[in-house]
This record gives sequence, structure tokens and C-alpha cells, in this order.
Amino acid sequence: MSKAGESEQKKKQKAKEYEAYAKEFTPKPAYVANGIKAFLTGGAICCAAFALQNWLTGSMQLEEKDAKTWVTVTLICTAQLLTGFGLFDSIAKFAGAGCIVPITGFANAMVSPAIEYKKEGPVLGVGAKLFSVAGPVLVCGIFVSIIAGIIQLFR
Amino acid sequence: MSNRRGKQSIVFPNAPCIVGAAAVGGVKEGQGPQRQWFDFLLEDDIFGEKTWEKAEGKMVKKAIDLALRDGRTTEAQVDLLLGGDLINQLMIANYAARDLQIPFMGLYGACSTMTESLIAGSVFIDGGYAARAVTAASSHYCTAERQFRMPLEHGNQRPPSAQWTATAAGSMVLAGNTSANGDALPGGDIVVTSATIGRVVDPGITDVNEMGAAMAPAAASTLLTHFKDMGTSPADYDVILSGDLGNIGKHILMDLMKKQGCPLAASYNDCGAIMYSSEQDVHSGGSGCGCSASLFAGRVIKEMRQGRIKRALLMSTGALLSTISAGQGESIPGIAHAVVIERKGGQQ
Repeated sequence: MSKAGESEQKKKQKAKEYEAYAKEFTPKPAYVANGIKAFLTGGAICCAAFALQNWLTGSMQLEEKDAKTWVTVTLICTAQLLTGFGLFDSIAKFAGAGCIVPITGFANAMVSPAIEYKKEGPVLGVGAKLFSVAGPVLVCGIFVSIIAGIIQLFR
Repeated sequence: MSNRRGKQSIVFPNAPCIVGAAAVGGVKEGQGPQRQWFDFLLEDDIFGEKTWEKAEGKMVKKAIDLALRDGRTTEAQVDLLLGGDLINQLMIANYAARDLQIPFMGLYGACSTMTESLIAGSVFIDGGYAARAVTAASSHYCTAERQFRMPLEHGNQRPPSAQWTATAAGSMVLAGNTSANGDALPGGDIVVTSATIGRVVDPGITDVNEMGAAMAPAAASTLLTHFKDMGTSPADYDVILSGDLGNIGKHILMDLMKKQGCPLAASYNDCGAIMYSSEQDVHSGGSGCGCSASLFAGRVIKEMRQGRIKRALLMSTGALLSTISAGQGESIPGIAHAVVIERKGGQQ
């Protein structure tokens, strides 16, 4: 191995050791408590969504497909409104993945940059940066679905 | 005799005076334990402006204005304005300087800007290149969050090592003993006596949420060098204050110093660790240029005037990362500059 490569390795080793040393001073995140909070809020969001769907297919006599669309739209709109009123980030701080993983998290990821970059204009501000948070999720999602599609094609 | 001590330290034989100082704080800072030391507290973090950046600029101007008033100095008497912030290309400081029309040099040292500008200002005054200089540094939670992290309303959870960028600004007015035309200046009894310019130290931390750990080795390097260069020890200072290492970084620094055989006693604390109370949910503590700037200009200077502190070692710490370096997976270099401020005489 070259000398430069050797010192590079040594540097990496040192950085790793320091990182482990610094970790000793860092409190651990409350994984269990956070997990329970996420489970309860995430579960509550899903229960509410199902209750809404049951009501739409029952009392409102909608087709299941239409009811599902209405539920999705309602969840997205609610999350958007909560983001606009500055409440979503407080809920997310408590619930974590519980409200980020459902479609509510995606709605928040679209609206929060829209609010933030409004001051930089409608095209180069909101237009250019609207997907700054949600963009990577979309790219990954579309990429994985293409692969899944190809697998399905040759099955 | 040379004014240099060792490789990194300098002394100021003409001892520039700190004649005026002021600290401005945001809403959260005003709810914290340091409330009484701020000269002005914002009722709303937007400060009547359209954007957060403009609000931060107005905050800096307010701090400079109050510091000038405190030092009974007018804008026209000031020869030099030194300052900086965290926002790209020093946006905040540049725009504040545009409105002030004082000859200006912007400085970037991440969160170490306050002591960096104090050192530069003291050199100018000690050398006779300026009779009066103003230093300033600021940070705003909402501008920093937007630039370095996520949009404000984005919902996420911060790890325990994360720090809260302080919405605060601090400014100090430095004056020499003689004005440009040779008249004696009234001066003051709080003087800058020596300083240590830090080296960049990179321990290899890549996680942007571990800034305290990234800066602690640089802080230790500057402190150890300062004590060696100046022939002093931690016991020689009534107060040793680091900038924004936070609770985690503070304890790492204390451990590093102990391992080097130079333990820090109860006189040591960190501005980031004391800026907020534990109920304010800021995790590891405060950060940002304004964190140390406001506590140095607000609390330390006031406590010196009250005679409670005679000799203070102030060290702002900076994490020299950018959004580009973080994106490219580069590690975070740290820096720390130290300044010694003393109260002459000692009688109240």
C-alpha cells in the first residue's frame, strides 16, 4: 500500500476512535418511548382513516375505491392545514415516525418548503424548491417501482 | 519587544478598552435563564420584517446601536466595523453594514466570529490603525435552520446531540487611548490584554448533529496553547467561557483537558450549555455566533462592571462546515479563538 493510502487509513481509524469516544458523552435517544409514541399516533391516524372510510362506504354509500380516494385527500389536506398553522412540527416532534411515515408526512414535506421558499418568488422559490425535501423520496420510489415493473414483466 | 507570545498568542501592550457592549436576544432566549443579561429582547422573532434574514439584520443593527449608545460613541466616530454571521456570503453583516456606513470588514469563523472580530479589532486599535472599532456577531434560529437543515415547518425529531441555533446578537465597542488627531480618549477600565488565534482541528466527525464533539478538540488545542504561550493556568482566570460546545461538547472538552493534565475547574462553563434551561427542550444546548456574542457582550461585560469578574478567558468556537461539505460527506473542521478581558484596578 502507498504511504498516502496508509495515512488515509490511519486518519479514518482515528476518526472512528474519536467518534466512539464522543458517543460516551452523548445520551441515547429514548428508542422504546419514541417507538410507543410513534405506534400510538401512527395507529390513531390509521384508525381515524379507516373510520372515515367505513362511514363513507356505509352511511354515504360510496364505492370503496372512491371512499379510499376521499380518505387520502382528507389526510393530505389535514396535514397541509396543520403545517400551515405551524402545528405539524410540534406533533411530529412528539410522534416521530408515527405521523411522518403515513401520507401525512409526505404532505408536510411538500408544504413546508412551499412556505419557506415563498419569499424567493413563485417560480425560482416555490417552483424550484418545492420538492427539496420530498424529491429524494419520489426519485427512490419511482426507481424502485421501475425495477419491480421489470421483474414483473419477466416473471 | 515583540507582541507575540509563542506560536499562536499575542498581547496588546496598549490594552484596547471595551467602552460599550450590548446583547439582543430572541423570544426563546428571553424565556431562558440568561434573560436578565440581554439589553433588548425581541417580542417576535420576525422583528416586524418580511423575511427572517431581514429580521436578523435588524437585530445586529439594534445590537450595534445599543453598544454605541452604551459606549457614548456616535457612528461617525467609529473607524471600523468588524463582524459576521452564519448565512451564505455574510448576507446579514453585509446588509447591516450597508445601512451603517462605517468602514467594514466581514469576518467568517462560523460561531467563533465574536472572538475573531474582537481579536482583529484589538489588533487594529493597539497598532494605532483605528481609534474606535465596533465588533458584532449574530445568528437566528430561522435563518440557520433554513440554510443548514430543513424548512422550519418540516416535522422531524432532533437527536439528543443536536443544538439549537440561538436567535441573538452581540456587539462591543473598542476604543484606544488616543483618537485620530491625538486627543486622549476617555477609555474605560475593561481592557483586552491578550489573545490566542486557534488552529483548525478536525477530529473526523461527519454528522452535522454532533457539532459539540466536532469542535471540542479545537477548543482544547486553543486552551492548552493559550496557557502554554501565556504561562498561565485555568486558576488564573475568574471565568473561562467557551462559545457553543453545548452540554456534550463541554463535557468532552473537560475530559480532554483533564487527560492533558490541565483540568478545568468550576470557573469553566459553556455559553451553549447555559443559554437555555433543560425544560426548553434544546437537547445539547445553544449554538450559533449569537450564542457566545450575546453572553460575552451582555453577561460578561456587565458582571465585570459590577466587579464580580476581574479576568475572563473568552473562547468562541466554530464548526467550519458548509451545506456543500456536509452533502459531500466531508468531516467537520473545528476552530476556537480565545481572548482575555480584564478589569483594571479592581475598585468599583
